[in-house]
Amino acid sequence: MSATLVAEAPDQTQTGTLADVLPGVLGTTSDDTDKAYLVAADKILDALAYLRDKEGYDFLSSVTCVDYQGYNGKQRKGISERFDVVYHLYSTKKGGGHVVLHAPIPSNDTIASATSLFPGANLQEREVYDLYGIKFEGHPNLRRILLWDGFNGHPMRKDWKEAYFDEDSKPFRSRHPKGSYEFHEDKLPWGKNATYPAGWDPDTWQAPVAYVPVSQAPKHLGEAHLDTESIVVNLGPHHPSTHGVFRMLTRIEGETILALEPEMGYLHRNHEKIGERNTYLMNMPFTDRLDYLNSMSNNWGYALAVEKLTGIEVPERAEYIRVIMAEFTRFVNHTWSIGFILNDLGALQTPALYAIEEREMILDLFEEVSGARLMCNYLRFGGVVRDLTAGWLTKARYLANDRLPRALDELDRMLTDNEILMARGRGVGYLPAEDLISLSVSGPMIRAAGVAYDIRKAEPYGVYDRFDFEIPTLPHSDIYDRYYIRLLEARQSVRILQQALADIPGGETVGFGDYASATLSQGFGSIMGGKGGYNLRPPEGEAYARVESPKGELGFYIASDGKPNPWRYHVRSPCYINLNALGPMSVGYKLADAVVILGAIDIVLGEVDR
Amino acid sequence: MATVPPNFPEIKQEQLKPYLHDSIVVPDELQGNVLITTLDKVYNWSRKSSMWPLLFGLACCAIEMIATAASRYDLARFGMEVMRPSPRQSDLMIVSGTVTKKMVPAIVRIYNQMAEPRYVLAMGACATGGGPFKEGYNVVSGIDKYIPVDVYVPGCPPTPEALIYGLLKVHEKVERQSILTVPWYRKDQSEFVPVPRLGADIFDPRQVELIKETTMKKPVEASAATTGGGDAAAHAAGPKAVSGKAKSRMEEAKRRAAAKRAG
Repeated sequence: MSATLVAEAPDQTQTGTLADVLPGVLGTTSDDTDKAYLVAADKILDALAYLRDKEGYDFLSSVTCVDYQGYNGKQRKGISERFDVVYHLYSTKKGGGHVVLHAPIPSNDTIASATSLFPGANLQEREVYDLYGIKFEGHPNLRRILLWDGFNGHPMRKDWKEAYFDEDSKPFRSRHPKGSYEFHEDKLPWGKNATYPAGWDPDTWQAPVAYVPVSQAPKHLGEAHLDTESIVVNLGPHHPSTHGVFRMLTRIEGETILALEPEMGYLHRNHEKIGERNTYLMNMPFTDRLDYLNSMSNNWGYALAVEKLTGIEVPERAEYIRVIMAEFTRFVNHTWSIGFILNDLGALQTPALYAIEEREMILDLFEEVSGARLMCNYLRFGGVVRDLTAGWLTKARYLANDRLPRALDELDRMLTDNEILMARGRGVGYLPAEDLISLSVSGPMIRAAGVAYDIRKAEPYGVYDRFDFEIPTLPHSDIYDRYYIRLLEARQSVRILQQALADIPGGETVGFGDYASATLSQGFGSIMGGKGGYNLRPPEGEAYARVESPKGELGFYIASDGKPNPWRYHVRSPCYINLNALGPMSVGYKLADAVVILGAIDIVLGEVDR
Repeated sequence: MATVPPNFPEIKQEQLKPYLHDSIVVPDELQGNVLITTLDKVYNWSRKSSMWPLLFGLACCAIEMIATAASRYDLARFGMEVMRPSPRQSDLMIVSGTVTKKMVPAIVRIYNQMAEPRYVLAMGACATGGGPFKEGYNVVSGIDKYIPVDVYVPGCPPTPEALIYGLLKVHEKVERQSILTVPWYRKDQSEFVPVPRLGADIFDPRQVELIKETTMKKPVEASAATTGGGDAAAHAAGPKAVSGKAKSRMEEAKRRAAAKRAG
């Protein structure tokens, strides 16, 4: 069964030595597609420090947790405890693959916090605490993040059942009992999606004290600074500047920000809990709704992870189609983001209207092949769901060769030398590159700080190694550079598009060249050794795959127990983790700048909260 | 055979007949200068032609809402391009996206702050009934569980065309209203919607007694309260308590199934 596994594991020489020298190592997980080191929970900081200082793994990409209770009726090989915190580390200097650490959590659900080594673990550890109840010792601010204080239980635990609970895995047998249908609302006395613990009395219940950020006086305000009273100002969750439902708690003195805390979860749609109930294929349309501006990139990240887990091959034409779709998406995202940075600067609507003009044409192309403008749901494991339509390439070439470069030129002409953009953007929101990397920030944010780190070059996926393109970098790490880097990246996207549209195998001919692998067209059963079937059953193991989404590193972590539903399905969301930098970047600047600093991070709340 | 086009002015005159008073006689020489219509018509025409939506986006649908307002679909054609971030200045709330438990208190509060006349359009599957995320533990299955909704637009997300169609339906609804019967000029008609609160789970202040009936029925089980036993109380009491509305719906469904089998 596991002969089909294709491991894209770190190279063997390195791992061979690592297992010997890594502090606290208990062993490796041998049955996995992604090779992982088991590390004792009390030695985890030593292991992380070793990897960071000695091996150059300076980027803590993902921290998550897996609950192994009831796993396949038995324990997973090598893992003895119920909870298992998983760390994925990369190197921004060397590029290449990852190192995975598994830390089995002892029965008191406590592990040391990695925030002292990698401040970027901050939000992710809070998420793990919120959803799994793992306590991170030494974390500066361990509160619930996606749910609210006082919520009953930790919902991602396997024994926690939601109010509308049907069964553990789809497809549900109980959907149409006796030929009729029942609404979940009707089964609960209060007719709403809510569940209360026994003995909970809403009359005597007291709301927890609301959190207010404490003052963290910035360095440039010295002792001699006039001591005035600071106040707490709340922005959001309904605020036009927050790009959705996001909340910023700020402590300001005059107009200067002393502390800023992001508050999120207002769009927490339980993506991961639903994802564990879904079958593998069912999750594909849900990934569309993560970062809803870039459904194609999200599809690709998820498809890559499952393909890595199962070893499905992707035909050449499909790889080119994926590149084309992803680069169109990047163009859409970057122009959108440029338009809305200007919106946040007070140039209400006009630049945005110019910036998103071409977007409609690209959406028309997406609609033509996938049937939907936004939620394309176009990629599949082993290809794409259907071939390009007749004449599609002609239209796409017109856009890539003619229309899109002109649109970028226009934006460049209008905005790049704009006095207001310079005055508001230059030097605002500065954070040095090493701070950004330690905060796990990825994507255009670090490239605007001079770090030429792009997954398309550092660890090429798909057919990106065939194209001639550059990674633009800018040195200043301020709002202006974060605007301009998006323009430069959109130009590189156009460049990749022109090459991909010229070289695509099969060309205009519809039906010539495979757009999907044989396994996809025959049903997934064929790769599992059985008969053809609709449901994919990857072999037992785990995989983490990442793509360079327009926002940064989008990763999918999937652990499979060999059944049609993923045991663990985790999204490493670039928007969410980039928000680590929001507080440090905003402190010391004016409140009005915080709005633009947030805008220049370019978040989408669907991906932040998932 | 080409159908004869109906004589539009005559039909319009026929419709206006009940509103035209015999006492108003327009002299022949003024026929070209004087228009007679009803107050309702003028009132509703002005309201629907300058309906300002709340600048309020929740999720994916908000992107399509922005696209609707942008140059291609051009919401300005309907007098709706002025989106107001303040609920005090807006007439229409487009609930564009998934409503989560954490967000719904804010939405209800915003709704309460809107001045009447106010309308609510539930855009997309999530705002209508929970959509693909309905089963989630943090998702509200439709904003109409908390605030009244005037128009539902299906889709995930609805295309801009669908949203415009829904907005025109709101306009139609406005046109059908009469100044004599609208609630906002009456005494004691408008009430604030109680803001739901976030306790162990979200609860509506109106349902406190109902919740207590379930949660306080059994003796307190410490284990269920502490170790993530989110299901304990609700599922124990769940299937027994079926509301009248649900019963009728289930019966109707059974009838339909039986009819399908028979036919």
